[in-house]
Amino acid sequence: MEAATTSDRTLFVHGNQACVEGALYAGVSFYAGYPITPSSEIAEEMSSRLPASGGKFIQMEDEISSMCAIIGASLTGRKAMTATSGPGFSLMQEALGYAIMAEIPCVIVNVMRGGPSTGLPTQGSQGDVNQARWGTHGDHAIIALTASSHQALFETTVRAFNLAETCRSPVIVLYDELLAHMRERLILPEPGDLPLVERLRTFVPGGVDYHPYLARSDGRLPMSDFGGVHRYNVTGLFHDMWGFPSTDPTVVHELMHHLHDKIVQRTNELASYCQYALEDADTVLISYGTPARSAMQVARKGRENGHRVGVLELETLWPFPAQLVRDACANARVVIVVEMNMGQVRDQVRAAVREPSRVFLANRVDGEFIRSKDISTVIRLVDGHGV
Amino acid sequence: MAVDSYIRKRFFPHIWCPGCGHGTVLNALLRAIEALGLSKNEIVMVSGIGCSARISGYVDVHTLHTLHGRALAFATGVKLSRPELTILVPMGDGDALAIGGNHFLHAARRNIDLTAIILNNRIYGMTGGQFSPLSGCGIQATTAPYSTIDHAFDVVELSRAAGASFVARTTTFHVRELEKMLIQAISHRGFSVVEVLSQCPTHFGRRNQEGSAVDMLKKMKQATVPLNSGKLDLDPGLIPRGVFVDSDKPEYCELYADLVARKSADDQAESVAADARNEV
Repeated sequence: MEAATTSDRTLFVHGNQACVEGALYAGVSFYAGYPITPSSEIAEEMSSRLPASGGKFIQMEDEISSMCAIIGASLTGRKAMTATSGPGFSLMQEALGYAIMAEIPCVIVNVMRGGPSTGLPTQGSQGDVNQARWGTHGDHAIIALTASSHQALFETTVRAFNLAETCRSPVIVLYDELLAHMRERLILPEPGDLPLVERLRTFVPGGVDYHPYLARSDGRLPMSDFGGVHRYNVTGLFHDMWGFPSTDPTVVHELMHHLHDKIVQRTNELASYCQYALEDADTVLISYGTPARSAMQVARKGRENGHRVGVLELETLWPFPAQLVRDACANARVVIVVEMNMGQVRDQVRAAVREPSRVFLANRVDGEFIRSKDISTVIRLVDGHGV
Repeated sequence: MAVDSYIRKRFFPHIWCPGCGHGTVLNALLRAIEALGLSKNEIVMVSGIGCSARISGYVDVHTLHTLHGRALAFATGVKLSRPELTILVPMGDGDALAIGGNHFLHAARRNIDLTAIILNNRIYGMTGGQFSPLSGCGIQATTAPYSTIDHAFDVVELSRAAGASFVARTTTFHVRELEKMLIQAISHRGFSVVEVLSQCPTHFGRRNQEGSAVDMLKKMKQATVPLNSGKLDLDPGLIPRGVFVDSDKPEYCELYADLVARKSADDQAESVAADARNEV
């Protein structure tokens, strides 16, 4: 066994390992996945660590079955996750919708590479932000988190498991390939340093009528490990509080509202973010993932030169923290969204702020990291100073 | 326990059409469960989408009604997580072998201890009578108005080749035989496949002039023979029934437990060696 000394808790690792460390800290005990660049190291690390810690690892035949398998395992009471990249995430959408409808906690990691299709398998992108929101069919709400450093990714992964349990919902962790494969320091928190949310189990004894889909007054739905003392039904159809299919308009209406409200009405509470020098900023940079590191560099340099530049780094992408963004941009002359796609978060920011015409995009979609120069060039152009 | 104690009576009458063979399979399955003396809490039924998948709604066990074709993938997650549970997976022919074909192959390859029951009526019933990968050539279906040109899978050969360690076939006419096969399949440790030729008078029968449910049952009796029957040599068109594969092959969850034990023993040996080094 490793001694839990301070030095043993300081690692120099790639982002995918930081994600695994976070998942293990959170108590993951089931992983199903299919190899895909740039997420494969997550599966490799899990295949080594889980059998040694009483967990289960299985390499499935595709991403469809991986998603299905973690749902099955989660139902039986385990914290379960899978990891993939764009093409695999596309295949997971069907079962992701099932997990939303059947309210099954699980974590899905999507290490974003360039798309569409096979795209740029070994290079970074943030092109799956909208897919995380609307990839599966039908009205639904979803939680998607992201991070820009290994330490933050560790904490984001723990938070994803916590929110999955709290909201009885799948939670998506999105990060770009650059973070996945870059190596940097990670300090493992001591057990107990970060709060963990465990499965809320029903206190209804076996043999007594249990309602798997009856929310408590605080909105949470206590679960009973599937295969245990309560027999109930789980389905992707609209269902009643016992889990049996229903087409009763009242039942359908209420379930749809429940699935939506349990996440959307907690948007402000779910909003996780970092900010830098926003108080008096006339130029607000909004970013997330590795581009936020460049945005920070631009803001620091700008401040040194007397420019009032601030950064809002989003760590919750969905539900989109519109109120937070609106407040942060209230006094801004210019808002620049920095991201590795064609403006997926830019569109959300435009919808959130009072003056959408002041929102601009500093992006790259060529697989290259966004450098501070890419951002400062956009600022110069917007300010009318040319390149 | 009485057979009817295993069902959720409040959902009857069931949704299946008059004459459908699926109720017969449900009946045989309940009798097999009763004969095995399994308690309701130790059984999980996982199903996909289609007429056959609706079986899970009627049985008072742990029931997981999933996505079209994906039942075995969900079942794999449940089984690996809780190997002590008995898992039954009823599937239709399209569910199991068209959209779910890949999951079927790999569940068989792993030899994970699930009982796959394929209710093969050679048609998509719930969507209104389209041909399936088990329809075979020359069949009338709503998507084959000029008759099918697709060849069919042979479920037995497919299962055997994919690695299933128990493979059997019978029909809804041979109810007692079906019950016995289900008892064997559920008791078997490893991936078990029971193909049940079942009748869909509403869609298959009507479009292919096979008459009533009774006519279709009689036809299944005439078209099949026990697999060791001499008649098979005389008429290669006959379909053999029986247990085709019953082999002792390491099961996936047991192999996983072995792997964990091996890893734990290695870790222990390493720790002892490290202690010895420290003492020196």
